Amino acid sequence: MKDYESLFRTNRLPHIWCPGCGNGIAMKAIAKAIAKLDLDQDKTVIVSGIGCSSRASGYMDFDTLHTAHGRALPFATGIKLANPDLNVIVITGDGDCMAIGGNHFIHACRRNIDLTVVLFNNNIYGMTGGQASPLTPVDKKATTAPYGTFDRPFNPCDVAKTAGATYIARGTAYHAAPLVDLIAQGIQNKGFSFIETLVQCPTSYGRRNKMGNATAMMKHMSETVIPLTAYNRLSAEEQKTKQPSGVLHTDVFPEYAAEYAKIIKQAGGDK
Amino acid sequence: MSEVKLMQGNEACAEGAIAAGVRFFGGYPITPSTEIAEYMAVNLPKVGGTFIQMEDEIAGIGVILGASLAGKKALTATSGPGFSLKQELIGYAAIAEIPAVIVNVQRMGPSTGQPTSPAQADIMQARWGTHGDHPMIALSPWTVREAFDVAVKAVNYAERFRTPVIILMDEVVGHLRERVDLPAAHEIQVYPRRVPDKTKAEGYKAYEPMDDLVPNPANFGTGFRIHCTGLVHDETGFPSGSPSVTEKTIKRLHEKIMRVQEEITHYDEFFMDDAEIAVVAFGGTARTAYAAVETARKSGQKVGMIRMMTIWPFADKVIRDLAKKVRKILVPEMNYGQYVYEVERAAAGQARVVSLPKYNAEVFTPDEIQQAIERLAAEVEK
Repeated sequence: MKDYESLFRTNRLPHIWCPGCGNGIAMKAIAKAIAKLDLDQDKTVIVSGIGCSSRASGYMDFDTLHTAHGRALPFATGIKLANPDLNVIVITGDGDCMAIGGNHFIHACRRNIDLTVVLFNNNIYGMTGGQASPLTPVDKKATTAPYGTFDRPFNPCDVAKTAGATYIARGTAYHAAPLVDLIAQGIQNKGFSFIETLVQCPTSYGRRNKMGNATAMMKHMSETVIPLTAYNRLSAEEQKTKQPSGVLHTDVFPEYAAEYAKIIKQAGGDK
Repeated sequence: MSEVKLMQGNEACAEGAIAAGVRFFGGYPITPSTEIAEYMAVNLPKVGGTFIQMEDEIAGIGVILGASLAGKKALTATSGPGFSLKQELIGYAAIAEIPAVIVNVQRMGPSTGQPTSPAQADIMQARWGTHGDHPMIALSPWTVREAFDVAVKAVNYAERFRTPVIILMDEVVGHLRERVDLPAAHEIQVYPRRVPDKTKAEGYKAYEPMDDLVPNPANFGTGFRIHCTGLVHDETGFPSGSPSVTEKTIKRLHEKIMRVQEEITHYDEFFMDDAEIAVVAFGGTARTAYAAVETARKSGQKVGMIRMMTIWPFADKVIRDLAKKVRKILVPEMNYGQYVYEVERAAAGQARVVSLPKYNAEVFTPDEIQQAIERLAAEVEK
């Protein structure tokens, strides 16, 4: 296996993330997945939006694109369609992907374009200092929810499934080793792949919600995020306090760029 | 060999873009620009290009910026409300220096406005619509044939200066059908995509400016592993918080365009030899103004006309010189008065600048402009 450290721009490190942040673990898992699959470093593009998660692109030694808030997916779609030979991996966050970029997300799922999206879900807007996101659970405090959140969060994996993604998985920063495999399988899927990765944000989320330090938050992950098979054995009541992990859904559907290549052929543009 | 066709302005614009090498279109349906998307949907795959209808206007520009970074010449088209939505990523293209062409077939606003009546009310939005300091190139055709030429120029300028270029059409030109004689492929000058001048071993830096102040960020997938960001960045392409880097970057973005300001200022002069009054107009309004000026000339008025193709950067020198030559400048435009204030600024008191705005969702009639000319001429005789 290739040395994953060679996939980083070490001169850009250390990163900007706070002590205890889970983003580094998720970023490392992506690098390890790329190393495991031995993807061509010059034919792999990392695209990100705006937010804490999205700073990851700058640390990774590929062609990298740090786009505007919420817009990673349209840019990534353009890259993939313009050059379908490229492996395109998108790093995004819960606000970036599910709020301001929500429309792009459902349509990218619908097209089943061959992108691999890794959503670093820290349940909060971290970079702006701890505002509630569409993935902040109910009854949590945020600077914009000082009395607690009451609006329902999305389950992003369910959204992706309904919208048509053909590979959906959930992992966590605690379960770092299996996360590598979940991402690698996503990259191998010829279609839209979505890997929700739970990451702890002790600074802007955990602290305000008395969830303890990073270790305590990761311990909480280890207890509440369980394999899908175990989750399925629980009663509906028991499931309310848990989240399933692993590969949650796969489907087979024609991939967008490959389908468009057929259109070009039909129109005679392949000659 | 040239080819004679009956074409619509929107179609000619799309055809010109393809002739200039555009191989990627992304967009969202909106009247009165939709024919550009429809033309691209039919014709791009025929030349190996890609058309994609996106989920919204923002995605419509996002997808072309991605395609451009991956090496394709790219264009999107929209109209008023969509142009408002695209402003965010026009700024991204400006700072990240991504070649892209944005067609705005103007319609009456604000908001949904008077759909889809003609207007020329996005003059200032084209210049200042996205936040922050940035240069802008905007071109406005006045004939169907020129919609083709303007598209070629816009694509070439976007590639040469690595900047967003706006084609500021109006509904009148976009939906007009005229007989056009299109040039043959070998008659069209096409500016190729810029490529790195050095290897990584030779110290290549993605955002190091060349002599023309334009950098050569490599296309994705070509082995250079560049970083592209909307954050202020230094010559390496990576973000920098340094005030001196920030100042240098913003200054260079402006200077790469301003140093060619005169070269990219395109305009026509009509009946200007002994003119005492000049009409300055662009787009569909210039067609009406031409008829009015021609009639006024026949009735003995010393009136001429300047027809602007380049809207931005503003034709400072053209108007400065004009103001020294004529006594009065009439600026008819289909808005409440936008371009006229730039004319007034450049004229700097050397000539009287008079606004002739029209904002009732109708185009000018030649009579309206001719009467305005007569009124101005009568004042001269006082």
